[in-house]
Amino acid sequence: MTERAELSVEERKAQEAELREVWQTPSGWRYWTSVNNTEIGLWYGSAAFLFMLFAGVLALLVRVQLAVPDNDFLSADTFNQAFTLHGTVMMFLFAVPIFEAVAIFLLPSMLGARELPFPRLSAFGFWSFALGGVFVCGSIFFGAAPNTGWFMYPPLATDKQYSGIGADIWLLGLSFIEVASIAAAVELIVGIMKCRAPGMRINMMPLFAWYLLIVAGMILFAFPPLIAGDILFEMERMFGWPFFDATRGGDPLLWQHLFWIFGHPEVYIIFLPAIALMAMIVPTFAQRPIVGYSWIVLAAVGTGFLSFGLWVHHMFTTGLPQISLAFFSAASEAVAIPTGVQIFVFIATMLAGRVIFSVPMLFGAGGLAIFIIGGLTGVMVALVPFDWQAHDTYFIVAHLHYVLIGGMLFPVVAGVYYYYPLLNARKLSDRLGKIAFWLMFSGFNVAFFPMHLAGLRGMPRRVFTYPADIGWDWFNLISTVGAFIFAAGVAIVVIDVLRPKHREPKGEQNPWNAGTLEWISEPEEKWGVRSIPIIKSRYPIWDQPNIIEDIKAGRFYLPDAKDGARETLVTSVLDAEPIQCLRVGGTSVLSILAAFSLGGVFIALTFHWWIVTTVCAVMTLAAIIAWLWTGTAVIPKEEIRDVGLGKTLPLYTSGPQSVGWWAMFITMAGDGTAYASLMFGYFFYWTIHDDFTAGHAGPGTLWPLAAVGLFTLAWLAMLAARKANEGDRDARTRLWLTLSALLTFAAGCAGLAGPYLTGMDPTAHVYPAIVWVVTLWTVVHGGVGVIMQAYCLARSLAGRMSARHDMDLRNVVLYWHFLVITAITSFGVLGLFPGLR
Amino acid sequence: MRLIPKEIESLWTLFTAPTIWALHFLTCYITAAIHCAKADTAASLGTTSLVLGMVTVAALAGIALSAYLAWRQWGFGSGDPPHDEPTRRDRLLFQGFATLLLSGLSFVAVLFVAVPLVFIEACQP
Repeated sequence: MTERAELSVEERKAQEAELREVWQTPSGWRYWTSVNNTEIGLWYGSAAFLFMLFAGVLALLVRVQLAVPDNDFLSADTFNQAFTLHGTVMMFLFAVPIFEAVAIFLLPSMLGARELPFPRLSAFGFWSFALGGVFVCGSIFFGAAPNTGWFMYPPLATDKQYSGIGADIWLLGLSFIEVASIAAAVELIVGIMKCRAPGMRINMMPLFAWYLLIVAGMILFAFPPLIAGDILFEMERMFGWPFFDATRGGDPLLWQHLFWIFGHPEVYIIFLPAIALMAMIVPTFAQRPIVGYSWIVLAAVGTGFLSFGLWVHHMFTTGLPQISLAFFSAASEAVAIPTGVQIFVFIATMLAGRVIFSVPMLFGAGGLAIFIIGGLTGVMVALVPFDWQAHDTYFIVAHLHYVLIGGMLFPVVAGVYYYYPLLNARKLSDRLGKIAFWLMFSGFNVAFFPMHLAGLRGMPRRVFTYPADIGWDWFNLISTVGAFIFAAGVAIVVIDVLRPKHREPKGEQNPWNAGTLEWISEPEEKWGVRSIPIIKSRYPIWDQPNIIEDIKAGRFYLPDAKDGARETLVTSVLDAEPIQCLRVGGTSVLSILAAFSLGGVFIALTFHWWIVTTVCAVMTLAAIIAWLWTGTAVIPKEEIRDVGLGKTLPLYTSGPQSVGWWAMFITMAGDGTAYASLMFGYFFYWTIHDDFTAGHAGPGTLWPLAAVGLFTLAWLAMLAARKANEGDRDARTRLWLTLSALLTFAAGCAGLAGPYLTGMDPTAHVYPAIVWVVTLWTVVHGGVGVIMQAYCLARSLAGRMSARHDMDLRNVVLYWHFLVITAITSFGVLGLFPGLR
Repeated sequence: MRLIPKEIESLWTLFTAPTIWALHFLTCYITAAIHCAKADTAASLGTTSLVLGMVTVAALAGIALSAYLAWRQWGFGSGDPPHDEPTRRDRLLFQGFATLLLSGLSFVAVLFVAVPLVFIEACQP
């Protein structure tokens, strides 16, 4: 097989014109319908930075209020809204989305791909995030922002008198944004596993991709428990189902568990991508490959797992048994090992190379220094006896800012300085960068170091003022001065990014002489990579001579766009052998429509506008179905495509070969985690009460078991439909699909009949409430299953489904595997557990 | 029947040891939590500690097996890292080495989590 194709100048020009035409970004207002990863990444990142600046201003207001004792600059309520929104926005609207933004922007070219596999999903995620973010941030201008702290503990946050509508805005606005994060996780996992350039085996993957793969996996298991918690919380606030109300059998601690099962991994979800940027920057400025590639993989995977064993260390003072505290304390100490490994790897790389100190390295090294201090105080608070003293004091505020700003903000600014040339073909100013760094670094330490001491002197977090003469005045005044110095540094970064640079000459394409593929992307061209290269090194630009010229001259795979479709390669997971030419979605207004109508559902729910909610829900469904119908599982005119270099690949695959199947699998893994969290709630109530039914009638045994039976039959009918379709027997396929839908409908009715017929009142006690919520979850999933069956039926009737083209049906059957497990567990437990215990 | 499993080529083997850690951690936490919720709060952990001790030994054995398989995949240490050649062999060696490292970390982490079983005798002393 040839490894390079030679083309004439005319052929090249013709190919470039084709590619430009296919990948062009629309102009005028239609610019915003673009789904190209460079635009989405840029918008995503810019929006996240705007939210960060907004939350930063809130932090300055908080610091002004605390500068002197007995201050009345902000009222207590405004202060509460300001710090709650500050924390919420920084965590949900900056720290997590900024990594999604960077990943969407960088990953395709870093992996040598044209696009991620689901560009419209990225666009959907961005618009959901932007709308949800504006909604949450805007609330403070109406004095309606959430005011109970970013972790929203009940019973304070379930008290409608105190928390007003702010808590609903938090719950619904952020649930909406969590949907966007899970969408990004699906996109990134499938992209990293299946869309790498040929030859990029897993031992050749850029470390950034390794980190992102792990982080996306973590999102899948960390965010769903919070979504489950949000559902319980909103049911309590909207309809009085007493999940967290101790007087009716509920328990506020369940929220703390669900929140922190999300909240602690979240810290690492934020930290790992930032450290991933460092893993790209350090080798470039040491001008050598990273020392200990495998050790970084160890650290990323190890941290990813261990970080799930830490959540209770936020709950050391809640009176849990000491043995439980000790398990979590032990795991919290253990996570220091992989975290330490990656820092030593960076130090070793710098020692082994010839370090060029530049602005990105300054921010990186400064950030690591700050992070190490935060890590050490983290080891301190992981010890239960110390935590009992420091809990809810400014010591914790200092610790978490050292970790997050050192571990996340500084590396991200390093990334901005490092990657800016990819946006604009010009570098940011070295001089301004250095000034900004020293202002930020010194300002940060002046602001946050004294908080350790204020905390040790007993200053509790979240107080809006304090009396003079109890030894806190000076610390607070110094902190406020430091905060403004820090903010000045941030302002200089903003000025440097925004100042017009069109008079400056364009720089080189790879100004830092980096070795990894993202530097092949040309800011003016939208096609990502001109041709998809064959990779033979971890640092192809350093080790593969002429690779940039060869890529640009179209000498590798897919140098053209003959059929006018956006295309990229799908390769195998381990060895990255090409297996498919994937056509990805192009510019579309559908993802915006879907995002905005889904946003409408969440916003209308906040204000209890039921009719608007219903209308928006129907619009969302219509938009999603239109999106699927026109843009997915498209049957190509020809089955195979010549991708160049003498290779032909199929254009249509289904089952585990296809990216759609993987996306369904990953989505359902996340969905299953949310479901597991609800079931955790069920058993949690069992553990805390002697009789968790409190004498209330249960759903009985008959109806739940009937539901188990009917769901199982419906699943078997789906297997039969798939079998019939494999033999191209359309009539039989349609019959089985219809039968399965009817069985599912009956199964749902049987499921609902249990609690309904025994008159279970979900507002009376937590037992009926949790039974209803598990039942509804399962029945709603059954409903989604029926919609999917109807969709397959329609595809079949429209002649878009056959034995060869069965992607829709295979994906729906995969959904059904998950559904039948859910149904058997739900109704099995609801029907049998009360009798067994 | 083979005592030692055949070599399989999959990305998922990388996660064996940390998954065992996670299962061990959850088993310890959930068992102790149910014990403390359902028994008298001052009750001794007694048999529960013993059972969890056995679970710990099983987990460590599982991780040791995963480490052995990884060591075999790494060619029993025949080649040194960085394993960055574009060949299937180097990819396998990399997988073996990374899995071996993760097994080591998981082994230590299981021991960390098991320490309280030795030192804490009751739910609420």
